[in-house]
Amino acid sequence: MTLSLAIWIPIIVGIGVLLLGAYNDRTAVRQLAIVGAVLGFLVTIPLFLGFDSTKAGVQFVERLKWIPAFNIEYYLGVDGISVWFVLLNAFTTVLVVWAGWEVIEEKPAQYYGAFLIMSGLINGAFCAMDGILFYMFFEGMLIPMYLIIGVWGGPNRVYAAMKFFLYTLLGSLLMLVALLYLFNKSNGSFDLNAFRALKIPMEAQIYLFIAFFLAFAVKVPMWPVHTWLPDAHVEAPTGGSVVLAAITLKLGAYGFLRFILPIVPDAARYLAPLVITLSLVAVVYIGLVALAQTDMKKLIAYSSISHMGFVTLGFFVFSELGIEGALVQMISHGFISAGMFLCVGVLYDRMHSRNIADYGGVVNTMPKFAALWMLFSMANAGLPGTSGFVGEFMVVLAAVKFNFWIGFLAATTLILGAAYTLWMYKRVVFGDVANENVKALTDVTPREFWLLSLLAVCVLAMGLKPGIFTDLMHATVTDLLAHVAKSKL
Amino acid sequence: MMTNVHLATALPEIILLSGACLVLMLDLFISDRKRDYTFWHVQLVLLAVLCAVVANIGAPSSFALNGLYVHDYMGDVLKIAMIVGASLLMFYSHDYLVERDLYQGEFFVLILFAMLGMFVMVSGANLLALYMGLELQALCLYGLVAMNRDSARSSEAAMKYFILGALASGLLLYGMSMVYGATGALDLIAIYKSSMSPGVNKTFLVLGVVFIVSAVAFKLGTVPYHMWVPDVYQGATTPVTLLVASIPKVAAFAFALRLLVQGLQGAVADWQMMIVLIAGLSMVVGNLTAIMQSNFKRMLAYSAIANMGFMLLGFAAGSVEGYAASMVYVLAYLMMTLVSFGAILLLSRAGFEAEELDDLRGLNQRNSKMALVILVAMFALSGIPLTVGFIGKFGVIEALITSRFVWLAVLAVIASLVGAYYYLRVVRLMYFDAPTSPEAITLRRTPFVLLCANAALLVVLGIFPQTLINICAKALSLAS
Repeated sequence: MTLSLAIWIPIIVGIGVLLLGAYNDRTAVRQLAIVGAVLGFLVTIPLFLGFDSTKAGVQFVERLKWIPAFNIEYYLGVDGISVWFVLLNAFTTVLVVWAGWEVIEEKPAQYYGAFLIMSGLINGAFCAMDGILFYMFFEGMLIPMYLIIGVWGGPNRVYAAMKFFLYTLLGSLLMLVALLYLFNKSNGSFDLNAFRALKIPMEAQIYLFIAFFLAFAVKVPMWPVHTWLPDAHVEAPTGGSVVLAAITLKLGAYGFLRFILPIVPDAARYLAPLVITLSLVAVVYIGLVALAQTDMKKLIAYSSISHMGFVTLGFFVFSELGIEGALVQMISHGFISAGMFLCVGVLYDRMHSRNIADYGGVVNTMPKFAALWMLFSMANAGLPGTSGFVGEFMVVLAAVKFNFWIGFLAATTLILGAAYTLWMYKRVVFGDVANENVKALTDVTPREFWLLSLLAVCVLAMGLKPGIFTDLMHATVTDLLAHVAKSKL
Repeated sequence: MMTNVHLATALPEIILLSGACLVLMLDLFISDRKRDYTFWHVQLVLLAVLCAVVANIGAPSSFALNGLYVHDYMGDVLKIAMIVGASLLMFYSHDYLVERDLYQGEFFVLILFAMLGMFVMVSGANLLALYMGLELQALCLYGLVAMNRDSARSSEAAMKYFILGALASGLLLYGMSMVYGATGALDLIAIYKSSMSPGVNKTFLVLGVVFIVSAVAFKLGTVPYHMWVPDVYQGATTPVTLLVASIPKVAAFAFALRLLVQGLQGAVADWQMMIVLIAGLSMVVGNLTAIMQSNFKRMLAYSAIANMGFMLLGFAAGSVEGYAASMVYVLAYLMMTLVSFGAILLLSRAGFEAEELDDLRGLNQRNSKMALVILVAMFALSGIPLTVGFIGKFGVIEALITSRFVWLAVLAVIASLVGAYYYLRVVRLMYFDAPTSPEAITLRRTPFVLLCANAALLVVLGIFPQTLINICAKALSLAS
């Protein structure tokens, strides 16, 4: 029941919010939305408390027949990997609803409704253990996101929304073909566990790999199919950026673990050099691209791509350290990117500019804000003691064990990351007050302060005690690696 | 079978015919102001036909009229869908017609006769019966397209439709004569047996199949016989466009199934390759051309070409599963078309046709409920999950992969991606763009509630598709 609640509470409340929109009562809309988001988060807490970390398989299982004609089941469950993303998503939804509190003036009911519905759909995608159920949630999510970017985004929003939708649709449609192929192969089942047990010839594995890879690589996004992300991020409203960076990107990476590694391990091992190369290009080249940005949101978007390169790198060195490091990196990036985007949102709401050049000396007028943003920037650069360090360090370590030069190249991110993040921070925050607009800035409101502090606590907690996170996922990762090691030919 | 008349089996058609004649007579004595009597009368006739169909729905398959007519589960299901579709169509069209002085008895009478033709197409078990049904339907549609006599565009469209349609009928007859020559039979069952036997004259049979497939492709409006579709869709008044776009597709599906599967199963290898080509070309040409359209009706015309291509993929799969998937697809398509054209009808006001894409600009700010309805229809047409459009596409692709047509499945999804672009463009116009005029659009209540229910059905059947799939699977397993 817990998982169903986590999926359907946000969706039902979201629909309620949409209906409430007809009465033009903004306060009621906001209140209902926050109640829905908080309730959605509260129901996920038993997942964390009741999770048995010694078991590798899925827990909290719910299994019902849904479309018997195609043997599609309503089959939900979480393992040590997905449980974190359900929690992270529910948590982020609360933040996003809260972050939009005084900011969204235009059609708030549709805005909150879209976010809540999307949150439920994302939870569904993380919990689904049936291929088509996963696909339904995975695709259904595009609709609210498309509207969020297109309706509440910046000036170039239409282009960004279209690009986002079509890119992701291309990948996922091929995935649908792949799922149907597996359905035939497994004698009529979409059960992901049944897919794991299939024997598939190498050639088919490679085709399947390509289909899944395209679907998830676009979502992650990996170089060279990353170009939708900066556009989408820049044009999306703050909340949209937060959800994109913190959650939807993770869904792509999660797909690698759920589909590619256990189902087509031979192809994955065979093509690992390709994925590792693409990941390193993302880490190094995109890191350099980030350095050249003049738009703060774009810079953070490129930094996200670079960080996600780390994640895919960690997956494809096929070691416990690598995968766990990558997972920690994913969760940590969820907190950090949310924090970074919210910080830019705070500035944007006041100045309506994302241009680094328009700022300077913000610390003089917004000291509290500067302190909080400092923490997120440091975490983004991978400073020890913050969550950003843990994942990167684990992945670098795993990569060095795999091959020194790969590890070496990956480690450049510690330099590049520090360079672009801190340089941006310096240009915006330090120095003399740049202009009259900056002079007129007011420091964070209590709402913004608590919002950012909450995230700051998460970043620090994860940096100081990463064990909480890795303990829960350990058994699942070991089991996954056992699957990867076995040949499915 | 010689003395097997069983008139009662054909009760729905008989009621429909009598009802149509009655309406024709009654309408003569009704003044223009009281035309609503005609309207309700037609709805009553449809209701009576519906009851006649439903009353007999579980009955085992049987033949009537000396084997000219077959009553089976598939026919009943399709007829119900057609009746409901026609009834909704009239509700959506009512105000549009009234505002344009097109609210005439002929409109309703012609629709009823066209329905009769389509019923015969669905239930014909003999080449001649099928041909008669097709002609009756086509003649009524020609008349309907030309109904707006003052519009040059309408007349041009009707003329094109008529000439090309007549040509297609000729092709069909020619093909049928060859099949008759090869098999010596007109009854589908006899043709089936004969075409399966090794002694059949393959050359004649295949030639016949080529002509028949061409005629079917014409009626469905698929490449390379699609030229009439955009012109007719754009030229006809919107209620007629809705009619041409929705119910005849269902009839054409049944027509294709009766001829190709129930009759010419023996030549399956021959028509399968043709269907693959037609389907593939339709999806590619239809979707690519639709991108360039600025007229909503014309865009939906190209979308119809692509969708019918997609539907034919189920035939290309050549399995019962595939035909069932096609049936789900065609029913889903019927519902989606009703919503999208219904929305155009409702948005059109006196002296204003809402048929350019630009007319939809900023609709979300002028009437957010209507925008939501069109949004659902567009996402359903592009096959996004949680809508019935996805279920249709899913079944077809699944059947293709089971039949080892993986490359065709990949082509189909890529074509869908292209399709998604122009459906999304509609959503973009409604939600992202600023409205051309700020005034809110108010809609008449009754038709709008029906339209909303229709749109809700797209989502409900997308989430709980089991019944629809089961019905189609049962229909096809009985029919094949």
